[in-house]
Amino acid sequence: MILAVASGKGGTGKTTVSVNLARQLGSGVQLLDCDVEEPNTNLFLDCTEPEEEIFGIPVPCVDEALCDGCGECGRFCQFHAIVSFGTKPVIFPEMCHGCGGCMAVCPKRAISEVSQRMGLIETSRSGNITLIQGRLDIGVSMAPPLIRAVKARLQDGMPAILDAPPGTSCPVIATLRGTDMVVLVTEPTPFGLHDLKLAVDMVRELRIPFGVVVNRMGIGDDRVYAFCGKEGIPILLEIPYDRRIAEICSRGELIVDALPEYSSLFATLLWNIKELRGMERRASYVRSAN
Amino acid sequence: MKIAFSTSGETLEAPLDSRFGRAPKFILYDLERDYFEVIDNRQNLNTSQGAGIQSAETIARSGVGCIVTGHCGPKAFRVLSAAGIAVYNCGEATVADALKAFREGTLKTMDSADVEGHWI
Ligand code: SF4
Ligand code: SF4
Repeated sequence: MILAVASGKGGTGKTTVSVNLARQLGSGVQLLDCDVEEPNTNLFLDCTEPEEEIFGIPVPCVDEALCDGCGECGRFCQFHAIVSFGTKPVIFPEMCHGCGGCMAVCPKRAISEVSQRMGLIETSRSGNITLIQGRLDIGVSMAPPLIRAVKARLQDGMPAILDAPPGTSCPVIATLRGTDMVVLVTEPTPFGLHDLKLAVDMVRELRIPFGVVVNRMGIGDDRVYAFCGKEGIPILLEIPYDRRIAEICSRGELIVDALPEYSSLFATLLWNIKELRGMERRASYVRSAN
Repeated sequence: MKIAFSTSGETLEAPLDSRFGRAPKFILYDLERDYFEVIDNRQNLNTSQGAGIQSAETIARSGVGCIVTGHCGPKAFRVLSAAGIAVYNCGEATVADALKAFREGTLKTMDSADVEGHWI
């Protein structure tokens, strides 16, 4: 099963849930940090030295001797990554989506591909966890291609947990697409509820089964619960608001390692996820049988 | 020679818009014929990225020799340089004041972009 952990806003505890769940699983699991702009999962795990792989996307490179400045390439590119008016084109690799269209339309065949580095993919190990982390270079704004490359490292047959970037924009969609289930982490506050609603709309749009983890139970009010009740959204786990948990997380330690009394939390979460998955499977079996 | 001014209005009394990439309009002033026309740059306001590049393409196609504006980002600057268009930096309040300053020769050309793109 491929499980994604997401939330409508940052700082709700997505990474905490991902790493603790991965550890709790006990057997081999792949943990993917898809928050490629600020990957931080490695800080929670005592990892081996990462194997690094450079990730690049193909961008155009123009042979001046062949180019007659016709401007076809610039007219084609919707992203304004290649611009030409009667001269050799100006290229903005950081805006290029690597679609190859400009190469295809150039009547002089003056454009070839070069690889433009966008970031790194780091693979390391910590106990039962294989951590695969994308890291976008500073100043690079295009996360989805790197996220897709990180996901392409997934090995079939081994369960995977994907730690999504915060929010509901393209990088999040790129992370969630193709996953079997989504866990939305939220806080029981008005802000948490607001962002949870956005996240719920997003996963419903993607048609992925999902449930909610309420973090910092005890702060705020009960509107998140009322919302989930009304919408029929399962609450998979509540993590209490406990100073010790906050301290453990700020030290970059795992709750399941440092606070054994709380390890049952993640065992419960695991159980509820499996249960929800079973229910979804039965429901889809019934749907297909009808 | 024709020169372009970034602006939000349609007359010479209109304010000079300090943002090149996201200026709603450009006034193209013909120095020889003392005559101007207004072109729209409005589609740019809705793009999240590449507004400066689009504006620079608009300016390059308009056939002007230089552009007078407040600030110009790095991408737009590269396109304008490639098209051989000089960029003049100006803090004057209106297009008319900027034109006067240009005629008096008190404006400075920029030799590099003076603002970073907003997504950095
Ligand atoms: S399409 Fe090819 S020949 Fe035409 S301007 Fe672009 S690179 Fe040059
Ligand atoms: S490869 Fe696609 S996105 Fe990149 S410059 Fe060419 S047309 Fe534009």
